Amino acid sequence: MRRSRWAALIAVVAALVAVGVAYAVLNAQSKAAAAPAESATSAQLEEGRKLFLEGCSSCHGLNAEGIDGATVNNGGNGGPSLIGVGSASVHFQVSTGRMPLAGPAAQAPVKTVEYTAEETEALAAYIASLAPGPASPSEEELDFSEADVAEGGELFRTNCSQCHNFAGRGGALSDGAYAPSILDATPQQIYEAMLTGPQQMPVFSNESLTVEEKQAILAYVDDLRTAPNPAGQDLGSLGPVGDGLFAWLVGIVLFVAVAVWIGARVR
Amino acid sequence: MSATVNAGKKAATYVDDRFASANFFKRSLGKVFPDHWSFMLGEIALYSFIVILLSGTFLTFWFKPSMVEVIYDGSYAPLKGVEMSEAYASTLDISFDIRGGLLMRQIHHWAALFFVAAISVHLLRVFFTGAFRKPREFNWLIGVGLLTLALVAGFAGYSLPDDLLSGTGLRIAQGIMLSIPLVGTYLSWFVFGGEFPGTDIISRLYAVHILLVPGIILALVTAHLIMVWYQKHTQYPGPGRTNENVVGYRLMPIYMAKAGGFFFAVFGITTLVAGLVTINPIWAYGPYTPDQVTAGSQPDWYIGWLEGALRLMPNVETVIFGFTISWNIFIPAAVVPGLVFTAMALYPWFESWVTGDTKEHHILDRPRNNPTRTGIGVMALTFYILLWIGGGNDLIARFFDVSVNAITWFLRIGIFVLPPIAFVITKRICLSLQRRDREKLLHGRETGQILRLPHGEFIEIHGPISVEERAVLLSKPEVEPLALPPTEDANGVKNKKAGRNRLRSRLSNWFYGDNIPLPTPEELAAADAHLAHEIEQTTPVLDEATALRVGTPGVIADEGVLHDDPKLVAAARDAARTIEAERGENKS
Repeated sequence: MRRSRWAALIAVVAALVAVGVAYAVLNAQSKAAAAPAESATSAQLEEGRKLFLEGCSSCHGLNAEGIDGATVNNGGNGGPSLIGVGSASVHFQVSTGRMPLAGPAAQAPVKTVEYTAEETEALAAYIASLAPGPASPSEEELDFSEADVAEGGELFRTNCSQCHNFAGRGGALSDGAYAPSILDATPQQIYEAMLTGPQQMPVFSNESLTVEEKQAILAYVDDLRTAPNPAGQDLGSLGPVGDGLFAWLVGIVLFVAVAVWIGARVR
Repeated sequence: MSATVNAGKKAATYVDDRFASANFFKRSLGKVFPDHWSFMLGEIALYSFIVILLSGTFLTFWFKPSMVEVIYDGSYAPLKGVEMSEAYASTLDISFDIRGGLLMRQIHHWAALFFVAAISVHLLRVFFTGAFRKPREFNWLIGVGLLTLALVAGFAGYSLPDDLLSGTGLRIAQGIMLSIPLVGTYLSWFVFGGEFPGTDIISRLYAVHILLVPGIILALVTAHLIMVWYQKHTQYPGPGRTNENVVGYRLMPIYMAKAGGFFFAVFGITTLVAGLVTINPIWAYGPYTPDQVTAGSQPDWYIGWLEGALRLMPNVETVIFGFTISWNIFIPAAVVPGLVFTAMALYPWFESWVTGDTKEHHILDRPRNNPTRTGIGVMALTFYILLWIGGGNDLIARFFDVSVNAITWFLRIGIFVLPPIAFVITKRICLSLQRRDREKLLHGRETGQILRLPHGEFIEIHGPISVEERAVLLSKPEVEPLALPPTEDANGVKNKKAGRNRLRSRLSNWFYGDNIPLPTPEELAAADAHLAHEIEQTTPVLDEATALRVGTPGVIADEGVLHDDPKLVAAARDAARTIEAERGENKS
């Protein structure tokens, strides 16, 4: 039997349609799976879009597609694309005051928060609606009351202390960047930072640190923040440099003062 | 009363009958020591060492120097169930489950920091006053040895608890050993008993920390003190003080009381600090595992300069026949400290060779009177402090908001540029202080009293300096740079040592060349006569001026300056009253 000369074309079109339909269906499913538990209302999305256009689009682009580098056209502002960063990232950056950015620097500093909790939610919902990404943790995910503090300590020392220091006080990175103190961050912010890896920080996805392990870390950080120090006043928990400074500026100065006093008595 | 005295006599006789020690005590207790607060800096080190021995003994009762892995089950909740070495677990027990243990640990660690700091300031005092000169060169050498041993003891102690910082420090120490060409690998395997970290290092360091090093320190401290005793203590220049006498107080009772009191003050302050301020919170660092590290990992302060040297060194390596020579570690961590300690140890001989000074010195130099030595000291200090800053570069970057890379580059250049600048500035300051001393001897002290003479001239009145000050100023030793050696002697025989001696003469000129000489006795006599004449002339004018000051324009005499001389003030008041009384009479 002689094949129709359209056969090849029909086969290709059919295959393309099949792939397209399958992709659309699967994509929709994955989108549904990634959507936050409380789905955003359209009013919230609309508010988020408005806030985004007012406060963020000058650097991140009108459609959050990002602006490449600093050019004359964008007034020196260039920000990364936010498509697919997820609500966790938006909530972390905005609720700590890192965004909107204070100015071009090695790294965005923590500063006064510009948006209310509702506005932050709206912004996060709007960005999350653009493409799927890591979502803000739920109440259950943030509940570390059952977590193992000792395990959290081990995980903290393995994954966090090399930059954030053993007591979570932070430390320097190269070229003016730094790991900030995490003692003022909320559990949600710490969780989101692990999930999204802001700035210099690596991403600790739920595959590399499970939800339980993240909760253990939260419990350990909470212990760092709240447990009383059994050994008196700490000197910033920065390691031996603080001890040495104290030994010279207070210890030796006191001893010499006593020596001068004793030396002067006899005269 | 008499019963007590009799009992005391009996006891003394009993002891003397058996030890024949009465003469020894009589002589020793009557020994005279000069008095100055800066002579007590070494005492701080000695007393800190005693505190370390006492608190350390307490710690040995419970510390287990073992690297056997155990599961922690003590009372510190955040580490419950964590696997750790027995050394770390027993340190946690000392901190949380043994009464007074945490206080003792903190006393021990603080006292260790104070110990090395006190040694350092004592060393600086000895250096800048030239107390290391003949006949005390070997006591200086013992002091350098003590400092080195203190660093070793401190580092071993820092490593013993086997916490995260301990292990990180040991890892760096192992890296330094490995960097030594040829023998490095063998050395590391020998010290650690195999691969790092192995299971031996803690128990080995324990022996070093509680037996070997403290034993040697104790022996050397004893030798150090015996030599001070035997060679007599140096003294600062002053009236009646010569190279042949010691002016001060007797050991008994003055110095017994002083030293005893000072010991308790040092112990008390150390305990107070240890009770109030955290040091080395090992529970927060966690147990050592090689895959963990913390930001702010630093050694204790006295190793900080070596840490800084390591941090500053650019990454340079050479591969020879397939073997890597790690200059990036070997130079900063082995060569630099080697050179620093060698230079420090040999300095007394260097100075005496350069200056040709072979005399005995029991009177201390004022730092300004030896500008080159003082300059060298400040240069070394600058070098040391810059390395210190390098050791803490991450914290400085964090707290002063600068890039850690910028600090590193600043220090890489500064370490070569700034010490020489410090030398020059210090030497210049010393020389100008010498000039001021000379001025004072020639013109007396400036009283700050300005007088306008009747014909309009302003003069400042000079007063005589005190006897004490004059003795101090005149104590400045006369120094002469060594002359260039003759190239041949009278018979025309070539001087073989001419080359070496020429270098020595140049160095000597560099050392002493800028010296400002004291006034000659003739100059001094003339200056004294002149000053006496000036005082004689100005005193009546000054008195008159003081009297006229009240309500009479044209004569300046500032009361703010006058009031430091009660006689003048009283005279002025009397004169003023007289004048006022006269005026009152005239009016009426």
